[in-house]
Amino acid sequence: MQTTTIKSDTSKLQNAQRMTGSEAIVRSLIAEGVEVIYGYPGGAIMPVYDALYHFQDELHHVLTRHEQGATHAAQGYARISGKVGVALATSGPGATNLITGIADAQIDSTPLVCITGQVPSGLLGSDAFQETDIVGISTPVTKWNHQVTKASEIPQVIAKAFYIARSGRPGPVLIDITKDAQFDTLDFVYQKCTGIRSYTPEPQLNLACVKSAAALINQAKKPLVVWGQGVILSGAEEVFRSVIETAGLPAAWTILGASAIETSHPLNVGMVGMHGNYAPNVLTNECDVLIAIGMRFDDRVTGHLETYAKQAKVIHFEIDPAEINKNVTADIAVLGDAKKTLEALLPLLTQNTHESWRGRFAALHEIEYDQIIQRDLFPTKEGLTMGEVIHKINVYSKGEAAIVTDVGQHQMIACRYAHFNQTKSNITSGGLGTMGFALPAAIGAKMGAPEREVVAVIGDGGYQMTIQELGTIFQTQAAVKIVLLNNNFLGMVRQWQQLFFDKRYASTELINPDFGMIASAYHLPTKKVAQRADLDGAIAEMMAHDGPYFMEVVVEPEANVFPMIPSGASVSDIRLS
Amino acid sequence: METTIKRFTVSIYTEDNVGLLNRVSAIFQRRHINIESISSSVSEIESVSRFTILVSVTESNMQKIIGQIEKQVEVIRAYYHTDEETIYQESCLFKISSDLLFDERQIQNIVKESHARIVTVNREFFVLEKSGRRHEVDQLYRELKPFGIMQFVRSGRIAVTKEKMKITHLLEQFNQV
Repeated sequence: MQTTTIKSDTSKLQNAQRMTGSEAIVRSLIAEGVEVIYGYPGGAIMPVYDALYHFQDELHHVLTRHEQGATHAAQGYARISGKVGVALATSGPGATNLITGIADAQIDSTPLVCITGQVPSGLLGSDAFQETDIVGISTPVTKWNHQVTKASEIPQVIAKAFYIARSGRPGPVLIDITKDAQFDTLDFVYQKCTGIRSYTPEPQLNLACVKSAAALINQAKKPLVVWGQGVILSGAEEVFRSVIETAGLPAAWTILGASAIETSHPLNVGMVGMHGNYAPNVLTNECDVLIAIGMRFDDRVTGHLETYAKQAKVIHFEIDPAEINKNVTADIAVLGDAKKTLEALLPLLTQNTHESWRGRFAALHEIEYDQIIQRDLFPTKEGLTMGEVIHKINVYSKGEAAIVTDVGQHQMIACRYAHFNQTKSNITSGGLGTMGFALPAAIGAKMGAPEREVVAVIGDGGYQMTIQELGTIFQTQAAVKIVLLNNNFLGMVRQWQQLFFDKRYASTELINPDFGMIASAYHLPTKKVAQRADLDGAIAEMMAHDGPYFMEVVVEPEANVFPMIPSGASVSDIRLS
Repeated sequence: METTIKRFTVSIYTEDNVGLLNRVSAIFQRRHINIESISSSVSEIESVSRFTILVSVTESNMQKIIGQIEKQVEVIRAYYHTDEETIYQESCLFKISSDLLFDERQIQNIVKESHARIVTVNREFFVLEKSGRRHEVDQLYRELKPFGIMQFVRSGRIAVTKEKMKITHLLEQFNQV
């Protein structure tokens, strides 16, 4: 490997300790402050597991039931704690099973370090048992990856991996370590990486751009902020709040931006995008200045690009230069870490309230409330709605829970209706839309914030994709509250079939097992709710329970999520029914 | 939306690491863009590699691709240029039966007029080398084809820019570290 780390101090070698590569891996993780790792042993990673055996007090290893579960758990841990999640797997199938989680972390900018074992370097390319080219496979879905074939490289490569994963726009990194490098010995010295000459984690703040942005915001008559996860990743929540309060800016969020400020904040006008709120979607196409902060104009957010906010001047606050003008052309691009750019912006803003403009949001919200929200949250018809379940969770968690969701109808409903009082509370698979994310991610989330209530809201389809992680919950007793919203359908696909494929329900109906019996087999307390009258008490009991808990709620099988921007339509053509 | 497809020479300065070519080419592959030619070499400083890639895309796509390439941790800088902005060349080798050199007078004329160079001659074959623009190489190929070409190979485009590369100053700094 080339020496690309800027600062290296060879004088520390005097304090070096001779040890095996595998011990060096474990000591490097501890030196990076890692407390918990998720993984699954196997042939090519066994020396590392042997080393872990000796460090059980310092580094907690969680045995998941599938390597995909390990990456999702590491993601859940990272998303709630802001720290780097770590996953460990063997070569071949162990490594390939990590890929879905890595791809998810890549598109959702989640810091992960994944370590895979590899066949001995002498066997590389020989089609050895459990050999796969994981560096080649993972290249397009990692921020960086590297294969280690010499024990002496280990500390430096791991230091680099953590630096890359957490700095700038975070992302997943994969380190593939051959078995001989794990067995060989080295003189171990650990030094954190502080810079790489070819890599600029964050662009330099350009004050002139900040000034232009401030001028445009100060002149705006109908400003709209759309914020994304960048606000959370940079820890900009407080300055973001000050910015919108000072300038009186109505602010809407992308799915990954949710919870950066509390749901009840008067300037929080809801979610944008395909199943977002009516007002921010419609008014995206009426605002005069669109202020995008730490978001990337995903197609699920913008709908039809050619009709997206064409009337507006666009200001884009973004850390990743590749996102500027990628989907939406920015009139002003403010590059940099959101916290730093917003801190520079704040003193330049003039006080405003934009009362009449904000009135438009309130008026449109009323329409959405009457036609959709009321019916979802306080239904009078027979058949439980997903919305009323989320509403009860809000009531009993008092908005303090972290909500971990899977993918589909329940996810959209949960994101629309969950109340968040704290940041880093909405943990979901946004960009990749990975079914099977929630159950293992909830385990990681609970371990990343043991003091917090973690509620996993999952559909019956996604639940069965990683249901084996009930074993991990049983073994670790991670106090995750599982709420299965069972409609016996792949609900979102069924909704599209109903609306766009003349109700041809091709392969979307699920004949499901007795979910309660399965959870009981793992000795989880279980509850099944099929009547509205039982819901309140059941949620109360679940939230009061100390430890993991499984609840199945049988919901209306053919309910739809609205509002909805049909695929390819403009945000302002959002449908209420 | 811009639809005019143009040919661009992409110059990518990178660390000299295993797997980087794969990472860079994946960026084109993902967007279903064919790489017309690629060459890799050391750059003006020893520890920095330089890829030269030829692609045909719209300019707005080109800009986005450059952004994605520059985002890679081990890529130092990436640039794109039009043909007008660069001095570029390709190189090619022809292996031809030696008999023809003596029997076919015309071949000697072709060699002379094309400014190609005879690299080696032995009893069996001779090897002809030509550097130049694509159309010059193509023309030589067309002229020699009727006589029979035993082997032919053409390199990817290599190019330098007419203007000073913006990276030059940075590379000088790297050299001082």
